[in-house]
Amino acid sequence: MLDFVQQLVSGVALGCVYGLIALGFVLVYKATEVVNFAQGDLMMLGGFFAFTFIGMMGLNYWVGFAGAVAAMALFGMLAERVVVRPILGYPQFSIIMATIGLGYFLRSVSGMIWGTDDFKIDTPFSQGVLRIGSLVLADDKLSVIAATVILCTLLWLFFNKTTLGTAMRASSENMLAAYYMGIPVKRVVSIVWAISAAVATCAGVLLAPITFIHSNVGLVLGLKAFPAAVLGGFGSIPGAVVGGVLIGVIESMAGFYLAEGWKDVAPYIVLLAVLLLKPEGLFGRHVRKKV
Amino acid sequence: MRFLFKTDYEDDIRLFPHSGYVVSYGLLLAVLLIAPYALSSYLMSQLVFVCIYATVGVALLILTGFTGQASLGHAAFLAIGAYTAAYLQKYGVPFPVYFLAAGLLTGLIGALVGFPALRLQGIYLVIATISFAFIVEEILARWESVTNGNEGMRIKAVSLFGITVSRDSPTFYFLCLAVLVLTIVGTLNLLRSPTGRAFVAIRDSETAARSMGVNVALYKVKSFAISAAITGFAGVLFAHKLSFISPEMFTLQLSIEFIIVILIGGTFSLHGAVLGAIFIVMIDPFLTYLKDDMPGIIAGIAATFGAGTQGAANIQSKVAAFASLNGLKGAIYGIIIVLFVLFEPLGLYGRWLKIKLFFQLFPLYKRATFKRQKIYVKSERNR
Repeated sequence: MLDFVQQLVSGVALGCVYGLIALGFVLVYKATEVVNFAQGDLMMLGGFFAFTFIGMMGLNYWVGFAGAVAAMALFGMLAERVVVRPILGYPQFSIIMATIGLGYFLRSVSGMIWGTDDFKIDTPFSQGVLRIGSLVLADDKLSVIAATVILCTLLWLFFNKTTLGTAMRASSENMLAAYYMGIPVKRVVSIVWAISAAVATCAGVLLAPITFIHSNVGLVLGLKAFPAAVLGGFGSIPGAVVGGVLIGVIESMAGFYLAEGWKDVAPYIVLLAVLLLKPEGLFGRHVRKKV
Repeated sequence: MRFLFKTDYEDDIRLFPHSGYVVSYGLLLAVLLIAPYALSSYLMSQLVFVCIYATVGVALLILTGFTGQASLGHAAFLAIGAYTAAYLQKYGVPFPVYFLAAGLLTGLIGALVGFPALRLQGIYLVIATISFAFIVEEILARWESVTNGNEGMRIKAVSLFGITVSRDSPTFYFLCLAVLVLTIVGTLNLLRSPTGRAFVAIRDSETAARSMGVNVALYKVKSFAISAAITGFAGVLFAHKLSFISPEMFTLQLSIEFIIVILIGGTFSLHGAVLGAIFIVMIDPFLTYLKDDMPGIIAGIAATFGAGTQGAANIQSKVAAFASLNGLKGAIYGIIIVLFVLFEPLGLYGRWLKIKLFFQLFPLYKRATFKRQKIYVKSERNR
């Protein structure tokens, strides 16, 4: 039983990381209908920025964290301006390819700059543990869970309650109509990319004590975040996190109870099953095309 | 400029619209046939890979370019073809039999993948094919009694009618070339048949195709099956060329390379597959060349422009250090993909058509001829 709870908690923590990356996918998708295959790599880059600020320049953890988030938000805007904006309005396939290309580029360049070693960031949560009875929970995992809940709530409120959030939803439904209604679509898209890169950075920094930062971490985790986003229904913010947690729990349970090899495949089997049985995901809404 | 007058349907679907085509393709074929006696063995080996990649490119074009169903899982189909060949060869099955069997099996699996894909669109389909590829990769690594797991499988040289065809021999090149040419001719015929027209109709608008009486589900599954089968054939050749296969050769990276093949070549014509394959396969020797010779050349240029011997040597070592950085190839890949998507969406073949049209219409060519329409209104989510 204790094993089960331990596995559950580490699964939830891992799942929250997937959820955070999936949140980035969902944000960009919600606002622009672009699926960003480089989301994982943005996370990796955010982790490296934080490592540079905290590990190499010796800044305070929170200052470094904030610096990395700010830097990555700018970087997200830059990436949107250079890679995505010129091809907005073209078929999705082009945009997917462009973001795959961006991911390749980021991975290689950060490999060149920071090398291929694993890096670790010392955080206030690295050492501590929380004991409940005989249950031992590591602080770093709890910090991920807490941050995910906070971020998810903030973003949900942002999308549903603020003017800017409404503008984002409007431009995702129909860019042209949104533009006619006076929404500055270009700026909106740019802000969405900034937010999504910032969320990715949070994921990267929180993840650093658990899986370390290396140049391929984005690819590995980014691909796992897809099942999370799909499971939650691609356009839903709470859905992304719930999907992420489910995938994380499934993965860690499969790793613990099933034979070797199932751990890596289980998320994808779940994903295929979801796509077959309920393609709109758990929280998505199903819309038929009207001609 | 030549004007083609089409007076009946036969004229419209002709494979060679006029005699110029026969001459130029005949010349190309002649060059390809004498190539093994003129090129070095390294270049020949690359040419074999061009044939294999182009075959996969054609397969992917049928699915992605002409039916509009994107796939990032073609490495898995290639793997299934390759492993079927290796497995059957172990039990003494002759080449023609396992070659066909590999294609058929891969086609069957492709059809099975096509069924779930019926309900999926765009990004969901891409994700589903990625998942399929991951699952296949894991099965290859774990099903040790058949695939020998991570240790991989050796595959012996092709034995065709009692003659052993080594993987470096010209005969093997001719075999690959024959498969490529047959695939291209077959695909061209397919595309001018009712099936091919149905594919294109589905690509352009699924709703419109359905209302015109096209059985969308059937044709999507067909497209998947045909595309997978051709990839399976290519997989057999791929396995023979490498003579050793293991699961880590068939990763997402390879699937992405295949997509890059058609993206760079151009997704609207079969020429694209061949041009893209040449590009992808030749980029490796080109980068190696850059790495080895570029520092010297740049230093030479610097020296002629007045940098002293010391300065030139300095520059040479710096450029060499830059060229031997680990991730340079990945970065160049990334930049190439992004640049093509942004600036040359029709690919290399599109560029060729533009150049051709420029001279045909001189001085009336205008850029807008090839401009793509942007669509801000349509949401791909609701279809």
